[in-house]
Amino acid sequence: MIDRKKITDFLKKYIVTILFLVLSLTFIILGDLDMTSVARDLMKRLSRNAFIVLSLIIPIVAGMGINFAITIGAMAAQIGLLLAINWNLTGPVGILVAAAITLPLGALFGYLVGVMLNKMKGQETIGSMILGYFANGAYQLLFLYIFGNFIPLNPKVTIIGATGVKNTLDLTTNGLAQAIDGILRIPFLNCVYIFAGAGLVYALVMYLLKKITKKKALVTAGCSVVLAAVFCLPVVANCFNGKNSEAITVPGITWVLILLLCGFNVLIMKTRLGQKFRAVGQSQTVANASGINVNRVRLIAIMISTVLAGWGQLLFIQSDGMGTLTTYSAHEQVGLYAGAAILVGGASIDRATNSQALLGTLLFHLMFLTVQKAASALFGDAVIGEYFRAFLSYAVIAVALVMYAWKGNAKRKKKQKDLRTA
Amino acid sequence: MAEYILEMNHISKLYGENAVLKDVTLKIRPGEIHALLGENGAGKSTLMNVLFGMPVIHATGGFQGQVLMDGNPVKIASPMDAMEKGIGMVHQEFMLIPGFKVTENIKLNREITNSWPVSKLLGKDLEFLNNAEMKKDARKALDSVGIDISEDTLVGTLPVGYMQFVEIAREIDKTGVKLLVFDEPTAVLTESEAAQLISVMKDIASRGIAIIFITHRLDEVMEACDNITILRDGQLVCTRRKQETSAEELAALMIGRGDDSVIKINGKTDHSHGTDIALKVRGLTVEMPGEMVKGIDLDVYTGEIIGIGGLAGQGKIGLPNGVMGLYPAEGSVELFGKPLPLNDTKTALQSGMAMVSEDRRGVGLLLDQSIEDNIAFTAMQVNGEFLTKPFGLRDGKGIRKFAEQCIKDLDIRCTGPTQTAGTLSGGNQQKVCVARALAMKPKFLFVSEPTRGIDIGAKQLVLETLVKLNREQGLTVVVVSSELQELRSVCDRIAIVSEGKIASILRPDSSDAAFGLAMSGKKVYEGDLA
Repeated sequence: MIDRKKITDFLKKYIVTILFLVLSLTFIILGDLDMTSVARDLMKRLSRNAFIVLSLIIPIVAGMGINFAITIGAMAAQIGLLLAINWNLTGPVGILVAAAITLPLGALFGYLVGVMLNKMKGQETIGSMILGYFANGAYQLLFLYIFGNFIPLNPKVTIIGATGVKNTLDLTTNGLAQAIDGILRIPFLNCVYIFAGAGLVYALVMYLLKKITKKKALVTAGCSVVLAAVFCLPVVANCFNGKNSEAITVPGITWVLILLLCGFNVLIMKTRLGQKFRAVGQSQTVANASGINVNRVRLIAIMISTVLAGWGQLLFIQSDGMGTLTTYSAHEQVGLYAGAAILVGGASIDRATNSQALLGTLLFHLMFLTVQKAASALFGDAVIGEYFRAFLSYAVIAVALVMYAWKGNAKRKKKQKDLRTA
Repeated sequence: MAEYILEMNHISKLYGENAVLKDVTLKIRPGEIHALLGENGAGKSTLMNVLFGMPVIHATGGFQGQVLMDGNPVKIASPMDAMEKGIGMVHQEFMLIPGFKVTENIKLNREITNSWPVSKLLGKDLEFLNNAEMKKDARKALDSVGIDISEDTLVGTLPVGYMQFVEIAREIDKTGVKLLVFDEPTAVLTESEAAQLISVMKDIASRGIAIIFITHRLDEVMEACDNITILRDGQLVCTRRKQETSAEELAALMIGRGDDSVIKINGKTDHSHGTDIALKVRGLTVEMPGEMVKGIDLDVYTGEIIGIGGLAGQGKIGLPNGVMGLYPAEGSVELFGKPLPLNDTKTALQSGMAMVSEDRRGVGLLLDQSIEDNIAFTAMQVNGEFLTKPFGLRDGKGIRKFAEQCIKDLDIRCTGPTQTAGTLSGGNQQKVCVARALAMKPKFLFVSEPTRGIDIGAKQLVLETLVKLNREQGLTVVVVSSELQELRSVCDRIAIVSEGKIASILRPDSSDAAFGLAMSGKKVYEGDLA
């Protein structure tokens, strides 16, 4: 007998995720899309965006909801990048210097955001979004007027015949575009084989160390073998290895960084600080009563998130296909899309994991890609895809907020029922 | 070792002009269970705030008197300081995180950790948790309270009673704890859990840890305690050894005012024989924070004045607020034989009920509006009165006339009907609230805490007005009040609410002991004590 309640609970929790999957599949079938090109674009976008989405996890765990103010971290990163370009730095060194500048700037901005959010407890989600809009104004003032007038800049980054930073900054000639992605490109199939091999080794080692049961070890090993075998089949392999079209590659260093961040997110939760994040996230009253400085913990969470998002924005910009930095708008939708992505993965306002972030990023971009391609195939116009993305992002966030309130109400109802039966 | 683990000598505390503690002395021996009894406002919580060095004490000018621990004078600067000096607290509202395991809760912010190079560089916050050691400690603490649950269980999945024991385990796990304060620990427990708690308390005490037991359940006091200290109106009434006293004596000492009525009203009648039921309440639960009602059954008879008494936080204020639809409520209510929908204030008002709220400045009045507008507002909105035909415009003349009549009848001291309500004194604001309820021409009136924070003259007038309306117009009145004397002076019957339910319904001339026992949650039968 299948447990019906379990199924409905699962559906309730993952309704948005399932909806995105179904919509994407529909678009794939409707538009009769070429799977190889979808997969290639998807890999690019996933690599580009995953780091930013992962930076949202710590504030969610600390009970501050979705930190839309990561937009401000992205601004810090763009200031860093502008200075790197201004100083004629090139390639990976330029990105590294920009990242180094992002660290103190992002921490400072994160501190300021944290102070504000501590004053609007319970409204962090909307509060951080508004702070992002506000900061956008300050950012424009800085780039249009203060840079160039008060902080002297290299003439090649300023608007010719005026002050202020150029609308678009070229990243190709100075080698900043693809600076990290380009260091090491691994064919996608090799990645799959490495992944499957790692699964096998993991199963074997953990079983020998008696950390997992025999059954679990066998399942893990079996899955790894099947995965590798499937991708060895010529039908599948030809989609990825370049026989039919351009081969799909994985930006190796970028993924090392993404996995490092995943590891960081897991490890930090095993420290005293992580315990404080979780405690504050679940009950500020109880945390306070046990002597935890609630405001300080929340500040730290936002500061870490802001800096990480800044670094994520650098990865995003260097990977962007255009090879340029659109100075005044590159940061604008960062928070919105990242927030929507993590929610699509099944995260909620108060709960999020690495795998939800990665799955969400994957599905969010799959949806966007397929709708764009299906729209151009069906209507001869890709703009409808852009429209769909913005529209669905807001819808997803609205649904998540409603679900959160609804869950709270259900809890309240249950409490009242308990009262009566008590 | 000194004779007393804790001595609080001659403690006095003023909040502004208001003395809330007057020369109170409390002495606790090691390993004893000492009950601290008193009504609300008796000073129990202020005394505990002093003991824990709560910020509210220091922010209002500190206190007078001396605190000694183990015979040495100590200054307790903050709750953290109190914790370090070995004073622990088991809260009434659980200070536990539902989504954390038992171990994590017991060790919250006192985690056992291992350092590593990064943490040596960047601070202790980055040390990794040592789960194995934490579990061991948690197990030890759980065993010592004799509770058989896994230390890996999520606290949220435990039955409520067990959470209490997790709290106790956490306090015991703190090294060097010498004194534990239990604040109403049995309020949320079932009878068998409460019995287990008492035996755990005795066990803890037998290991030399002293316990201060704050409760209103007198039978538990008689069961568990060695000594009992009673406070009333901020003063020490007495300290008794258990062997020398009885639950009845303690109840009488807690109430202890005898017959000093606010006003004298003659002609009290018992309406409960053969008269109609005005309000019939069955299984009412109200979710009002801090005043939860957990299933009240009550009949109010037509033409009576019934009092609702009890300690603060027990749910007496939740009753009128729930019936009037101001807080989410469930259950069944009938008014004059007709079912009344809950959570619907407008219908409640339209069917002839009115309420004078305990929250005068929040719910009762529009502070920036004039007296006359305040008086007419609800009647205008709900009943469509004070409006001129045919367009339903505001009837300024009618309102003025009615307001002037009210000002005269209720002796509202003001410059005139156009003075804004916010500028009136508390007593006069309360009179405006009463006038506003009367403008509704109600058949049934709830009055919640009518005399809170108003002077004695206004108090008398408000109470006399209620009695007059009852006698002359046959208005049925429910008075909810924390001041028992006031209820005893005006009511025909008094229902005492304890833990969200009606404990007993008593006559106004019942003994102090009867009221005291009812407030402690006992069903008291008239005649048992007479």
